[in-house]
This record gives sequence, C-alpha cells and structure tokens, in this order.
Amino acid sequence: MPDTHALVNEFVLMLKRRKVEGSQATAKQTAELLRSVISQQRVPHTNQAGALIDAINSVGEKLIAANPVELAVGNVVRRVLHIIREEDLSLATTAIGNVGLSAGSDDEDNVEQDDYPRLSAAAVAAASRSTLRAPSLHTLLEGIPDPAAAHRTSSSGGDSEGKSKSADKSLRTRKLKHDVIEAVNELIQDIDTCHELIAEQAVEHIHHNEVILTLGRSRTVMEFLCAAKEKKRSFRVFVAEGAPRYQGHILAKELVARGLQTTVITDSAVFAMISRVNMVIVGAHAIMANGGVIAPVGLNMVALAAQRHAVPFVVVAGSHKLCPLYPHNPEVLLNDLRSPSELLDFGEFSDCMDFGSGNGSPLLHVVNPAFDYVPPKLVTLFITDTGGHNPSYMYRLIADYYSADDFVVQRKSSAEQ
Amino acid sequence: METRRTTSRMVIDPKIRQVGFFTSNEYQIPANRTHSFPVESNSPPISNISPSNNSLSPVMIPPPRHVSDNITFKFPMSPLRRLSSGDNVLHGSYNPSELFLSSGAGLSSESNKVGDGRKGKGGGKVASSLPSGGFEMGAVKSSNLTTVSVMKMPPGVSEKAGGGLIEVRNEHTQSSKPLKEKTSKAERRALQEAQRAAKVASRAEGSKTGVVSGGAALGNPKPAKSVKLPLPKKDGSQVAASVAASEKKGSDRPAEKDRKKDVPHPRLQFDDKNRVEKAKKRAVVKQTEARNRVELFRHLPQYEQGTQLPDLEAKYFQLDPVHPSVHKVGIRYLVGDISGGNARCIAMLHAFKDAIRDYSTPSEKVLTRDLTAKISSYISFLNECRPLAISMGNTIKFLKSRIGRLPLTMSESEAKATLYSDIDCFINEKIITADKVIVEHAVTKISDGDVLLTYGSSAVVEMLLLYAHKLGKQFCVVVVDSRPKLEGQALLRRLLANGLDCTYTHINAISYIMHEVTRVFLGASSVLSNGTVYSRVGTASVAMVANAFSVPVLICCETYKFHERVQLDSICCNELGDPDAISNVPGREDIKHLNNWTSNENLQILNLLYDATPSDYVSMIISDHGMLPPTSVPVIVREYRREQLWL
Repeated sequence: MPDTHALVNEFVLMLKRRKVEGSQATAKQTAELLRSVISQQRVPHTNQAGALIDAINSVGEKLIAANPVELAVGNVVRRVLHIIREEDLSLATTAIGNVGLSAGSDDEDNVEQDDYPRLSAAAVAAASRSTLRAPSLHTLLEGIPDPAAAHRTSSSGGDSEGKSKSADKSLRTRKLKHDVIEAVNELIQDIDTCHELIAEQAVEHIHHNEVILTLGRSRTVMEFLCAAKEKKRSFRVFVAEGAPRYQGHILAKELVARGLQTTVITDSAVFAMISRVNMVIVGAHAIMANGGVIAPVGLNMVALAAQRHAVPFVVVAGSHKLCPLYPHNPEVLLNDLRSPSELLDFGEFSDCMDFGSGNGSPLLHVVNPAFDYVPPKLVTLFITDTGGHNPSYMYRLIADYYSADDFVVQRKSSAEQ
Repeated sequence: METRRTTSRMVIDPKIRQVGFFTSNEYQIPANRTHSFPVESNSPPISNISPSNNSLSPVMIPPPRHVSDNITFKFPMSPLRRLSSGDNVLHGSYNPSELFLSSGAGLSSESNKVGDGRKGKGGGKVASSLPSGGFEMGAVKSSNLTTVSVMKMPPGVSEKAGGGLIEVRNEHTQSSKPLKEKTSKAERRALQEAQRAAKVASRAEGSKTGVVSGGAALGNPKPAKSVKLPLPKKDGSQVAASVAASEKKGSDRPAEKDRKKDVPHPRLQFDDKNRVEKAKKRAVVKQTEARNRVELFRHLPQYEQGTQLPDLEAKYFQLDPVHPSVHKVGIRYLVGDISGGNARCIAMLHAFKDAIRDYSTPSEKVLTRDLTAKISSYISFLNECRPLAISMGNTIKFLKSRIGRLPLTMSESEAKATLYSDIDCFINEKIITADKVIVEHAVTKISDGDVLLTYGSSAVVEMLLLYAHKLGKQFCVVVVDSRPKLEGQALLRRLLANGLDCTYTHINAISYIMHEVTRVFLGASSVLSNGTVYSRVGTASVAMVANAFSVPVLICCETYKFHERVQLDSICCNELGDPDAISNVPGREDIKHLNNWTSNENLQILNLLYDATPSDYVSMIISDHGMLPPTSVPVIVREYRREQLWL
C-alpha cells in the first residue's frame, strides 16, 4: 500500500501542524483516509479481519501520535476497528448459521444459535458486542441468545480470526472488505449529518423568549440555534467572544444573518450576565467516558457560573466526539498550548520571553491553553445525534460505538506487529 | 426638615437658612454668616438669640430621606417667628399658590412652573438652598412640604400661639407622615429636577439670596414659596404637622436621622425618558445616544464614543460655569486617560482644589452655600463625562460636609485654606496612607514559594507585589487579563521592569492556571455593605474559579471605597463602555467580522465595565482598618462614616 503511505503521511503532517480545524473536519478526513487504507489493503485469504485491523492500527497509531489532543482521530480509528470487528463477526455468524442450517448442529458452538438462524448482522453484532462488555439490558431485551450462547459466541468471537479460517473462505474473501467499506461510508455520512440530527432536537429544548448564552463558535451550536429560529421560536443569544480566538464574533455574525437577536459580550462579563440567562448551550471538543468535556478554553468558568446560578449547562456534540477514554489530569494532558502571540505583542515583551538567554532578565511565561476540562458534575445535559443524555450515561453510550479491545490503539498494534 | 425650612422661611428671612449637605452634627447648623448658632433641641435659646436680628435665626436644612425624619426635628419656635409667620399671611402669598393648585397641571408641568416661579422671583434661595450635591431627593420632598407648610402655617400658628406648642407638635408629626406618602417618587423626582434647574438659574441671578435685609427678604421669598405649592391637598393639620416637626429640630436628631440618611438616593435611571430629557437640557456635554442598545441595560447611559469630545474641547476656552481644571479632568475621564478609582478620585480632588483656589465668593452670597453649589455643578459635569465611581461619591460627600461645616465667621481665605488642607488630608490619609497600611497588612499573607494571581490592574495590588518583592520574598505572579482594556499588560510591564517573575494569561484560561495558584489578590472599585465586591468586570469570574479550586481570595480595598449601598447582581447598577472596543481586536487584523455591526439592529455589543462579586467568594478584605471578613463591611461603613463626619 505505497500510495496510502503518502496519504497517511500528508494527513499526519497536517495534524501535526494543526492545519485541520475542528473535530468534525478531522473526524471526516480521518474516516476517509481509513477508508482508502482499507480499500488499498491487500487482504490475505486467511484472517482477513486481522489483517485489516493490523493495518488500521498501524495507521491509527501514527495519526493519534500526530495530534494526541485531537481525540476525534482516535475516536474514528476506534470506530473503524469496531466496524471491522462487527462485520467480521456478523459474517462469521451468518456463515456459521448457514452451516448450521445446512449441516445441522454439528458444531457445538452453534447449537443454540440454530434457533436464530436469520439473525440480522446488527443483532449478531450486538450480541458480539455484549461479549466484549458487561451484558446489557439492551441485548437482553432484543432476545439475543441467552447468556450461555452469548458466552459461547464470545469465546468464538475472541478468536474470530481463527474461526473464520474454518468457515467458508471463498464466500467471505471479498465480502468482508466490501462490508467494511460500506460501513465506513455510513460512518462518514453520520459525521456529516450529525448537525442536522442534533438540530432537530432544538425545538424541544428552546422555548419562546429564552435567553441563551454560548461561548466561542461551534457549528453544532450555530445549527442548533438556527433550527430553533426556523421553527419560529424567538429568543435572544448572548455570545461570549471566546478570547483569544474571538470566534464568538463569527458566530454572532452568522446568527445575526439568520435574524437572531444577538448580543456580543466579553468573556469576563459572563458571570455578570449569567444571572439573566435561561440556558447555556455550548459545543465541545470531546466528551470523555466519565461525562467530562474537553471544551474550548473558558468553558469551565462558564460552567461554574452556570452552576452558581442554577442555569442548565447543555453540551451539544456529534457522536464522533465521544471518546472511550477516561481522563486523567485532562487540563494538562489533553491540552494544547497555543502561541503567546495571540495574547501579547512579541515586540514589546520579547526580551522577557527569552528563556534560553539566561541574561538575568525576569522570566515571563505566557500561558495560552486551547482547551478546558469541564467535570461531569457541571454538565446538565448532553445532546448528541442519538438524543439527550445525562453525563452519567455517557460511558454506556460510548460502549455502543467502540469495542473494548481498541481502547488503547497503540499498544495493541505494537504488540501485534 | 422641610417643615423646619418652611417655618424658617415664613418666620425668618430666607437668607438665613443654611443650605447644603447636612451632616448629623450640629456644626453645620449655623448657617448664618453673621451668626452661627448651633441649633439646640430647645427652641427657646434660638428664639432668644435670633430675635436680636429679627428673623435671622440660623436654620439648618438637612435633606431628609424619609418622611419620618421630620418627626425627629424640633424647631425652635420663638414668639418672634410666629409673628413673622403672621406676616407671611399678611403678604398674601397664599392665593397665587392656590391658583396653581387649581390649575392642576400635570406633575412635571407643575414642577416646571415651580422652578420658573422660583427663578423669576429670585426665590433662588429655595433652589440654591437645596443640598446641591447628591441629596436631591430629600431636598425635593422638603420643598413640597415647605410650600405646604407655608401656605397653611398661619392658621396653625395662630392657634398654637397660645403656647401649646408641644401638643401641636406631636399631633402634627403623626399627621405628617401620610402627607409625605402621597407624593410619589416620580413626583418628587420631577420636582427635584425642576429644583436643580432652578438652582442653576438662581445661581446665575445670584445675589438676591445673599444678604438681604430681613424685611426685604420677607417680602421676596414669600411669593416664591407660594408659587411652589405643588400639592393641592394639604389640610391644616398637615401643615401644622410640618410646623411641629420643624419645631423639634435640633434635639434628638442624630440616631434616627443618620439611619435614614443611609438609604442611598436613587440614581438617574436612563430609561426614564422624561428625566433623561431634562437632564439633557442641563448637560454641558452634548452626547449622542449609542445605537443598538442592549435591552437589559436601558437604564444606564451609553453614548457614542467620540461624539462628546470635540464639543467639549471646543468649550474649553469658553467662559462657562466649569472651571478649567475640572474641565480638563472631565475630558481626561472621557478619553479614559485617567482610570482606576484612586487615580480618578485624586484627579478630581486636585481639580477641586484648583477650583477652590480660584473661587471667590460673589457678593451677597455665602461661601458655604455658593461653593457647594459650584462643586455640585462640577460634579454633575464630571458625571456626564463618565459616571462617577462609588468611591468618588464618598469623597464628594466628604468634601461637601467639609464645606458645609465651615463656620460662617471664617474669612474667605481662611475657609479656602481649611478646605485645601482638608482635601490634602483626605488624599493623604484615605488614599495614600491607606494604601500603605493595606500593603503592610497584606504582605504578611505572602510567603515564600507562593504563586499569586491578580486580575486586571489594581494600584494597591501592584504596590503590594512590589513591596513584597522588595522584602525579598520569593514568589511569582500570575497576571490575568481580559479584553477590551487589557490593563493587565500595563501591570505586567511594570512588574517585569521591577524584576518579578510573571505569568501572563487571559481570563478564559483561568481554570487552567488556577491549579498552580496559592493566593488571589484582587482590587476593588467599591465594597458594598452586603459584602459584595464591585470591581472590574471579570473579577467575579476569577473569584468564582478560585473559590472552586479552594484558593483564598483576598480583596485589597481602601476604606473610603466602602459604601452602604447593597447590590445583588451586576445589572442594576453598572457602567457601559464603548462597544466598538469589543468589535475591534487591536493587533488582530484578521478579526473584523463585526466591523459595521451597527448596521444590523439584531446585533448588539455589550461592554460592561464592572461586575459584582458575591461575598461568599471572598475570603478576606484587606482594608486600612485591618483584615476583615466580608460580613464586617457594614460595621466598617458605619464606623467610618461617623469618623469621617467628625474628622
């Protein structure tokens, strides 16, 4: 796959240079890149899924290393891995199901599964998912094979590659790759349309004469507000400008263009204004498994102010921002420090900022972090494309999208290689 | 007080009345140039004294906040006065007033008329007599009452003449209350406006008020009063009441009176169209209302930046009522040249010093009264340039009380010298020394290895940091800044120049940096008596985040900035800055999304200048009276006010 190498390297460079702005764009580009990696990947006859997973893992490791702070990359990589696993599993089960149907229950593994020969791929995938996690009410209600069966599938799922060997190879050679690419296409589409899905819920959350506060600019928030506006809700929006990027100005301009009553305030005035605000709606950079939010800088302050005045703090985010990791010291480890030039004029303070010279001049540090960590207790509600959720529910929602094997992309790939 | 005034008027020459800011102590009372007698609770002494001059008894007119104030005052009724009141009746000022009443014009119109009437008749005294400073409310009320009492006094007086003064008094005090309640706030305000206008006019006309001989004065003032009667229904009883109240004058005033006075007078609310219109007419500074106002802040003034300046500059060389130094300071306020509570306050005081130096009492005027009026006009000018800080309000109160307390016997040069030293003393003691004391206190809270965070640029905090550095303490400073003023950069520059280790960041990153911080030192524009800290916008956020991270928040604030007002949020009372400062980001040419924001009426830009930090975020307030919890602020306010008055 020489040609994908070039693509991957190019994207890695872009990530390293922080040329890709916004987690949605990043997610989409990552997914597209991975799709091309998959399609270019030559698949051996045996252990197809293993080969694909290996390939994705190695690429994913590079991408994640390129910008470890942009969690969307890792999220998409994990989701693609998850897709591969599920597709593989569903193929395996259907194949086994076929075998079971035709040859009777010669395989002990499939004894129970005979009763569900025509299970959809999704259902099977769900079953397999349940094997990777604790059993969920969801799977129970769907009438998936009882625990024993699930357990067996799990054992078989654990070494699904090995099992696939024994299954009908010719049938599945092309099918797996094709299915995976289909599924990745769906993922890309999901990423594209998550705004609309989120915006559809706007009317349920915004009422007439509401006063809404937001900080900085998030496309999701913009569409959310505009959707409510289109539904003839009239409300006013306070936009904190979001120093030092001042994207609030852009948001204000966009909102005004759509006819919304908009007031731009400074970030420092958030506390003063929040007592007159009914709801805070903000975008996020990433949502962690514990319900914490990695958000544009300044939002922790806003969240604290909202909590003080009992104003609901609502985070809108597409599902590609759900990250299966639990944060540890996120303020430092999941943060980017941006250029001081955004805050200070280099010319004036350059003599003080020279760390290397050691000429006795006092040291000046300029701290310009890009992100804030908002702990889950400050968040009232998450609105994702699958609906509204409590912070405490996020871990469960996340489990739907990722398989536990993939939580650590790097280590696994290195171990396998 | 109103009653008192009325009585005095009726009885005595209007000139005699002492005008101005009333402080609870008796010193102020001696209004007469010629005689300064402290008015005692006992009416007899005064009456005794005053008779000598027939009609010249010093009457103190304190601006009462409340109706009930009246009750507390006793007006010394001397037989002579009664007589004079009788005179009033004779003059027949009565009728005209009634005419007015019958005409029943709307409130505002009434008030206008009143003003006019005064002007015309040189009743300027009345107007001028109003405490010219910030105490208009009381004054207004008083005027109403006065008029009333004037009208009806005669009968009541005559009845009383028998000598049952005391009884009458009691009855009337009771009755007086309802009367006052009748005047709605709006009415009073309107009146007050009118009076102010009248005051200005009267000042111009000037001299009549001054040293008119008793007889002449009697003649003149009465008509004016009669004109005033704005309130149609006042029964004899009420009148009597007012009289009675006035009788009580000197005696038991202090305690209750003080308390009443504590209630801060309402500020001009800029969503009140009528009043704003009137205010505009008086304004020296012509300003254009900004467009795209934020609905929530209609009650605050906001003008288009730059529209006032050329006009003001042009006026600099004109001979107008504003002293050049004051004018200069005003312009510098406007431009933002002087900012920071202490700097503004000191600049103002220096300007007033200049003004006092160049001041000479016009003939036929009393220095205390005329100077107070002058200062008030300066203050309203400065207020137009930029709304005065709360701390400046305290300063002005101080200055006015000082002027008001000058003995009438004092020569002009002496008086000026006294005021001079008073002002210098205030600057030294309340600002400069206070800062030093605060620094001494606060430096004990800095220990080696501390990481101190400060927000914006506070003069005291800067002094503190430099001092601690001089003492050789090892610490580093986090300077947090915010748009649009970026005052922190200036502070940063000065700290770096003095060799301190600094970290600079913006307010959004506050939760990032707060992990490392061990103490937060903040300045304040004012500390209100519910413990709320009124300060540069963003202070509340910093304090909140510090509180969330369990970092102690220490507020450094001089005691003269303590104020008895209370405030719950940052919206009711605030100041609006120039919105364009927000739409333009200096040094970032790429950000120009809001360049012509005024073109779209849906878009507003709000540039708040202050916010109110709830007291529970504040660990400690370090003032020149020591280190105290926010709950102790009202105590200090109380003690401090007393001290200031007696100073």
